[in-house]
Amino acid sequence: MTAMSRNAKTGSLAALLAVAMVGLGFAAVPLYNLFCRVTGFGGTTQRYDPVAAAETPKILSDTISVRFDANVSPKLPWKFYPEHPTDTVSIGARDMAIFIAENQSPHPVVGTASFNVTPDAAGKYFTKIQCFCFTQQTLKPGEQVRMPVLFFVDPKIKDDPDARDIEEITLSYTFHPVDGDKNAS
Amino acid sequence: MTDIAATAPAHGAEHGHSHAHDDHDHDTPGFFVRWFMSTNHKDIGTLYLIFAIIAGIVGGGLSGLMRLELAHPGIQYLGTWAQALGGAQDLTAAKHFWNVMITAHGLIMVFFMVMPAMIGGFGNWFVPLMIGAPDMAFPRMNNVSFWLTAVAFVMLCGSLFVPGGSGNGAGTGWTVYAPLSTSGSVGPAVDMAIFSLHLAGAASILGAINFITTIFNMRAPGMTLHKMPLFVWSVLVTAFLLLLALPVLAAAITMLLTDRNFGTTFYDATGGGDPVLYQHLFWFFGHPEVYIMILPGFGIVSQIISTFSKKPVFGYLGMAYAMVAIGVVGFIVWAHHMFTVGMSVNLKMYFTAATMVIAVPTGIKIFSWIATMWGGSMTYKTPMMWSLGFIFMFTVGGVTGVVLANGGVDTNLHDTYYVVAHFHYVLSLGAVFSLFAGFYYWFPKMSGRMYSEVLGQLHFWIFFIGVNVMFFPQHFLGQQGMPRRYPDYAEAYAHWHLISSYGYVIMGVGMIFFFVNILYSLFAGKRAADNPWGEGATTLEWTLSSPPPFHQFNELPRIA
Repeated sequence: MTAMSRNAKTGSLAALLAVAMVGLGFAAVPLYNLFCRVTGFGGTTQRYDPVAAAETPKILSDTISVRFDANVSPKLPWKFYPEHPTDTVSIGARDMAIFIAENQSPHPVVGTASFNVTPDAAGKYFTKIQCFCFTQQTLKPGEQVRMPVLFFVDPKIKDDPDARDIEEITLSYTFHPVDGDKNAS
Repeated sequence: MTDIAATAPAHGAEHGHSHAHDDHDHDTPGFFVRWFMSTNHKDIGTLYLIFAIIAGIVGGGLSGLMRLELAHPGIQYLGTWAQALGGAQDLTAAKHFWNVMITAHGLIMVFFMVMPAMIGGFGNWFVPLMIGAPDMAFPRMNNVSFWLTAVAFVMLCGSLFVPGGSGNGAGTGWTVYAPLSTSGSVGPAVDMAIFSLHLAGAASILGAINFITTIFNMRAPGMTLHKMPLFVWSVLVTAFLLLLALPVLAAAITMLLTDRNFGTTFYDATGGGDPVLYQHLFWFFGHPEVYIMILPGFGIVSQIISTFSKKPVFGYLGMAYAMVAIGVVGFIVWAHHMFTVGMSVNLKMYFTAATMVIAVPTGIKIFSWIATMWGGSMTYKTPMMWSLGFIFMFTVGGVTGVVLANGGVDTNLHDTYYVVAHFHYVLSLGAVFSLFAGFYYWFPKMSGRMYSEVLGQLHFWIFFIGVNVMFFPQHFLGQQGMPRRYPDYAEAYAHWHLISSYGYVIMGVGMIFFFVNILYSLFAGKRAADNPWGEGATTLEWTLSSPPPFHQFNELPRIA
């Protein structure tokens, strides 16, 4: 092989490596999401799929207090609050919480909610069966909607040394406007 | 800069003199072609060094302005400076200008001073010479790298004059964290700064490809990997770090750009993204980046210590593979920069332990440098003084690094002046000392003239005292809780801040001797011999004339 083509080969391999690293940089986005879902990192909650789940969770005699927190972005003219601020549930038992949103402006407004739980270590065990996160909600002027969240606290929380002493979990929702020009702020 | 007409090919004995003269007429292009379209590794190296000195003056000048503002509590000068650059006449714009200065200082020193000088300057000049190659593998790509870096620098300087949120310029810090850099900075300044990083990153990736190909394929016969000088090893490891780390930065800041301009929400929690993801990606690049800045310095210092102790480096293979180990482990410790984002205890334990592991190969290097000097016949010329200074400073910075590696301790010291003192000890005093060491060591080879030993020694001692007076008190400020990136502070911090500012003045006086030395030596310095350092200098560049011929090693050297 001539020196020239040897250089071209080594150079292309090195360039390929750089391109692969760019790809890996972008692949970090779905990988990070996966990582958060698997580990409950930063209070990421779990989703429950009744079809895929091997067994229904066992209901324990221990109870845990769940606090509901509702926030609205200052840019969204909504009122948003939980029907009951706290609830005490048996670990493993299903519970439903109702959040109420009301459009106080004279225009129809689209909003979407983000959420997490604290303490962070509880995220891995806070399992939602049904919720309204990341679905766009359109509210007509003055319209009020009741939005249910169906959840349970996974009994495995009692086996985790980092999480078994948790007595209260806060589930927090924040509604943001969906307007396409978020740079207008 | 170099006087090619004086370059008789002393070692091309097989060429007759008249033939060499023809070579010169034939090969040395005119001024414009030579310096603006260069494909010669030595000319490109020279361009990089001049570029780095200019960027260093800008970045160093910025730190002077910052030390002036910080000399006393309260905000004295920021408003005037912000207005001088076309900013609004209010306190917000003044404070924004502070953020712009810390951002510009960090980016310029990292991307446009240390990296171009270490890799572009000394790497280009001496990697081909040390392995016995006629030039770099891809000479034209080498030229592209340099000019991309220059354009990136112009781009970054341009960002100072366009709106970037609460004032002109990008005020995001060199880390460009979201959401400050996305929804927090409206206007083109941050886009320009990000684009500047793209260009500088592309330049470095091209440079890395060039170095890897050159070192793997173009070594002279007999120059096996395990016989390569340690400086070449250090550049090889650095090139791999660049190749693996910079593309990740490119991806991360591209997502910043789309978040800013095209409505994506990679780092925006309102759309299901996470700003902490940006921190992970940034530091996956950022931690290897600090080794990119220091590893070539390790290489330079190894050459110099060996030369001025008249002994081969102690534990050559250990030294080479310690650098490889530092490079590898450097990729799995990034989250120690973000201990305060809410990690679990287990994660903190891992990153603490992994970070401390790096102290082992680093310790091997420090030990081997000292063991090289042990029993050696030492001469304390200027390059050796800078190298000794480097070992001292880098050890101090390394020790505070071990302190900061502890997840628990870091919770207290995170984003304080203790961190500022730590990374200036390893970079501003470590990397920069090795740069000055290399500059004085190779100046005779590059220019064909000796520097002034008296001016060099004065430069070293004044600079050494200045930087220590400047940065050592910052440890105290940090432990007392002084946060970094603030233009104003409580009365209690005034004492050490003032002393730190005095340190800057002392350092600045030292730099005057540096510039006087360069000018004096270029115009009136003694002609340098081929090997001014004597028997200790055993690498191939010293077998060539000073300065080397425009094209060297037409007949490849054979290494026994």
